[in-house]
Order: sequence, then C-alpha cells, then structure tokens
Amino acid sequence: MSAAAAPSLAEELPLIDANGIERTFRMGDEDVRVLNGVSFSVQRGEYVALIGPSGSGKSTLMYQIGCLDTPTAGQLTLAGYDTATLDDAELAALRNQVIGFVFQTFNLLSRTSVVDNVALPLRYAGVGLKERRARAREALSRVSLSHREDYSPERLSGGERQRVAIARAIVTRPALLLCDEPTGNLDQRVGKEIFALFEELNSELGATLVIVTHDMTLAKRARRVIELVDGVIVNDATPAGRA
Amino acid sequence: MFEHLRSALQSLTSNKTRAGLTMLGVIIGVLAVVLLVSVGDGARVYLDSTLSSIGTNLLFVTPGRRETRGGFSHPQSGSAKPLTMDDVHALERQTHLLTSVCPIVEGGGAVRYGGRTRDTMVAGVGESFGVLRSMTINIGTHISSEDVDARRRVAVLGRTVVRELFGNENPLGKAIRVANGRFRVIGVLEPKGSTFGADMDDLVLIPATSAEDLFGQEFLTSILTAVRSREDAAPAMEEIEQTLARRRHGERTFTVMSQDDLMNVFGSLTSAMTLALLAIASVSLIVGGIGIMNIMFVSVRERTREIGLRRALGATRGDVLLQFLVESLVLSSTGGLIGLAIGVVVIAGVNRYFPDVPLRLSAWIAAVAFGAAFVVGVVSGVVPARRAARLDPVEALRYE
Repeated sequence: MSAAAAPSLAEELPLIDANGIERTFRMGDEDVRVLNGVSFSVQRGEYVALIGPSGSGKSTLMYQIGCLDTPTAGQLTLAGYDTATLDDAELAALRNQVIGFVFQTFNLLSRTSVVDNVALPLRYAGVGLKERRARAREALSRVSLSHREDYSPERLSGGERQRVAIARAIVTRPALLLCDEPTGNLDQRVGKEIFALFEELNSELGATLVIVTHDMTLAKRARRVIELVDGVIVNDATPAGRA
Repeated sequence: MFEHLRSALQSLTSNKTRAGLTMLGVIIGVLAVVLLVSVGDGARVYLDSTLSSIGTNLLFVTPGRRETRGGFSHPQSGSAKPLTMDDVHALERQTHLLTSVCPIVEGGGAVRYGGRTRDTMVAGVGESFGVLRSMTINIGTHISSEDVDARRRVAVLGRTVVRELFGNENPLGKAIRVANGRFRVIGVLEPKGSTFGADMDDLVLIPATSAEDLFGQEFLTSILTAVRSREDAAPAMEEIEQTLARRRHGERTFTVMSQDDLMNVFGSLTSAMTLALLAIASVSLIVGGIGIMNIMFVSVRERTREIGLRRALGATRGDVLLQFLVESLVLSSTGGLIGLAIGVVVIAGVNRYFPDVPLRLSAWIAAVAFGAAFVVGVVSGVVPARRAARLDPVEALRYE
C-alpha cells in the first residue's frame, strides 16, 4: 500500500464507512442525542480533519470509529468489518491491528520506559518481547526519538511525548491513525511539527489520517475537512477527484 | 500469563511501600496460621508420644459404667461395685490373653524422712507395674509379688522424692513414714521426666495391699493390664468384661478401655483444638485479604486512564481482568511465601532453643497456609479486577 496509489482505488472498499450513525446518552431522565445520523466514508490513504465546536460530537464520533464505543443506531464498517457483528475480543483485535490512537493527553505510562510504552500495543498482538522491542525502536526512529529510548516519559517535553505516542500508534502498522486533539496540549510551533510528522507518515507509510482538532490553521492543512455541528455533518469539503 | 506477571511485578515494584504494607497483612495471616496450627499439631504429636511412653498395648479397667467411649470424667458412680484384689486374682486365673494384671490404689499423703516432709502421690501397685508402665529401677529392687501377698510395708521412690527427702544420702534400706505408716525403701526409680506438665518422678510406689491397709479401704482405684499385641486388645477386653461380669452376676459396673481408646479421646481433643486455632488464625488471613482487596480497588481507580488506554491499544476485557487478578495473586502469594519463610525460621528457632515447647511444622500446614494465601489473593482480586474489566473505555480514557 502506498499513498501514491490512493486516488485510483475506486473499486476498493472504503476504510471507514459510516451510515446513519446515531449515539444517544442517557443524562438523568433525558436522552441526549450526541450524534444524529452521521454518514461518510474515508478511503485508505486519506488525510481528514474533523472539526466542530465543542459539544458538536466530534470526539464521540471518533470513539465510534475507534470501536471504543458502540453506536445506538446506524452501521459502521471498518476495514470491511461490520463492527456491530464483532464481540469484545474481535473489537480489541481490530483496534490493535487497524487503528493507532493518538490522544490530546498523550496517555503514556509514566513508570514505563519510552521504548516499552511504544511496544505496548504489540503485547496485545501477541508479539514476543524481543521483536516488540525491535519494532518499537524502529517506530521510535521514524519519529526521530531513538536517543530517548530508555527515558521515562516524565523527562520528555510535550512535543517529544506526543511523538512517543505517535510511535506507539504506528508500531502495529495500522491502516488508520485516529488522533483526538493531538496538538491541544502543545504550543503552536510544536503543533506544526506534529502535523508535519503526521503528513510524513501519511505520504510515506500511506497511513490514513483522521484528526480531530479545533485549530483551524492546522485543519486547513488536511486534504479533506469534515465539519460537525450538533451531531450532524454540515460541511464535507472533499477535494475533487477523491472518494 | 507471563506477560501479566511481568506487568504485575512492574506495577508492584513501582509502589514498594504500598505493596509491602499490603503484603504485611497476608504475611501476618500466614504466619499466624503456621504458628498456631503448628502449636496444635505439636500438641497432638506430643500427646501421642506421651501416651505411647506410658507403656504399650495397655488396657485400663475402672469402676463404674461409662456409657460411651470418649468420655473424660472419672466414672465413679455411687452404686458401683468396686474393683477388688479378688477381681485381680480372677483375671489372672480366668483369662488367657493378658500378659499381666496389676492392681492400682491411688492416694496421696505426706512422706517424711528425718525432718523433711513432702506431699506426694502414693500409688499402691502390683509387681507387674514396672513392666507395664515402663518404669525401670535405678537402684534396689521393684515391689515383688511376695511384697503384695504379704502386705509388706516397703516403698519404691521416684527421683524427685529421693532428692527432696534424702538429698545425697543413699535411701536404700531407710525407714520413711508414708501417711501414718512406716515403710522401708527398697528401690529408686529411673527418672521419667514430666508428662502433661506433671512430674512423673514425684511419686512413691507401695504394694497395692499395703495401700489398702494404709488408706483403710478394701477396693482398688483401677486395674492395669496389657496384651501382647494390638490385635489382642479387642478379644482381651471381651475376656475381661465376661470375667468381671460373671463375678457381678452379669452386671457390668466397670469400664474397660484400651490405650487406643485413650489415644482417640486425646486425638479428638487435639484435633478440635487445632481446628479452633486454625479458625482463629484464618481471621487474620481474612483481614489481610480485605487489605489486598482495598488496595486493588485503589489501584483500579488510580489506573482508570491506563485501563482505557490499554483497551484502546487492543487489550480485551479478559486481558484487563487478568492483569489485576495476577497483581493481586502476586501480592498474596509473595506475602504467603514470606509469612511461611518467617514461620519456618521461628519454628526452627523455637525447636532448637526451647526443645520442650511442642511446636511442629508439617508439610500439610505449609501447604494449607500457602493455599489459603493463594485463595485469598483470588477472592480479594476478582471483584476489583472485574470492575476494571467492565470499565467503559471511553469514560476510562476521560477519567481525571
């Protein structure tokens, strides 16, 4: 799979295919509908920014795509799998193999070395310890952090921490990188660097990017911007010739 | 599983003080189980060996009817026809399985020699007493059948009585006063030590017949007899029952007990005691388990985001459950092993420096103690671990 091949994949199944996704939360006596029939699809290799005001449901949508939450209604197909038909273990495997998560708060284990943090997803993929470390080192070199392998995450700067988290996200070579406000805790200069890294992974590894952000400057760098307001897509600016 | 063990160790070593304190509960619990049950078990072994040391294949005949075996009180009932020397003679003549028959008349009294007095146990016995009770003579001679038949005023002294009355003086041939009678010392017993805390050398043996005279009675306290082998015990007891009943017009106003019966009585007592001690010790183990459960709940709460993260990275509910369960198991079994090790050291030390204290560690105690610690780990880990596994990953990731 390469990024250059992406435009000609018309006949291939989309990586994400969301159809009328709804998600309702029970708040006290009231049902709050956070997602109200969201439909869209994302092809492999795309670079999508998901924007919207807070409370618009973009994080909830991201958790649906990430199989960490289950839609109340609608159908979600991920890498060809109808997620409603999968059980807990199959969903866990799907998250492990297909998705790499990057969070706003990095979510690194503080008492674990950088290299072991990066290797963590491979543990759930059943990879042996030695190969885990080797692949983690490889991922770290991709984000230019080889010199920090044995550090504790607590000794790293915010930008470095997010790069460790990105290395962790790509260590299983997933098709999809799901990023929830990845620059929310970083200053603008470092935020730009992180986006540059995402773009590099997109063009060099062909990783599909779905980035939730409210930073319009950064969102404009994406090739497609989906805007969500009150649980519905109000704008899906798809460049011509794609999807 | 190995992976879970690795991460459990990592998590526990990252908070050593807390892990240590939590383990302390289990350590104390297991130590309590090991020590208390060892006391009980040691008592059992001690009683067994003590009961064996009073002789082998003994049978005891006491007056009065005991309804069930295993009773413990002295079975003296008012209407009971007493045991007499005639019963002894009848048993000697009319039974075949008994090796010897020995009358016992128990009493107490002041024993005096020179200016010194000692209150001691005075036992009137037959000539076979020494053989039956494995009491050998150190110097002089035992009481003989002639002494018994002729109601001679002779006495055999225990080592304590000799020391108290005679000091370094040779007691053989000396005249002592037992109660109101004058007795001549003909022998000194080999020291026996103490049994059940009682000094077995603090006694005076005189012929049973002389004892009857001395205490002004014409009946015996009991009859002691023995058989050659354990298999003979039951038929011999039947012989005794029939012989004595015949002399009582069929009335069984006496009780025959074997040494095994006696051991069973004590055995059930010590088993009950061991169980009671085990129950007491279990309480501290349960408290230790509650400590683990508490700390596991804290750990699950503290690591809520980590749980969410692991789920996002591909951990199943089962992975999360196992992670916390293994952690709890590592805590409890490490605590169990440490407690066991301390117990072994303490017991070895006690056995070495205080050999009289009956403390005995057997493999089953160690197994029970460690097994209990393991079970405690599972029980106190499973509820927190299930809570961790059931966490909603989205909420877990958002947890502050």
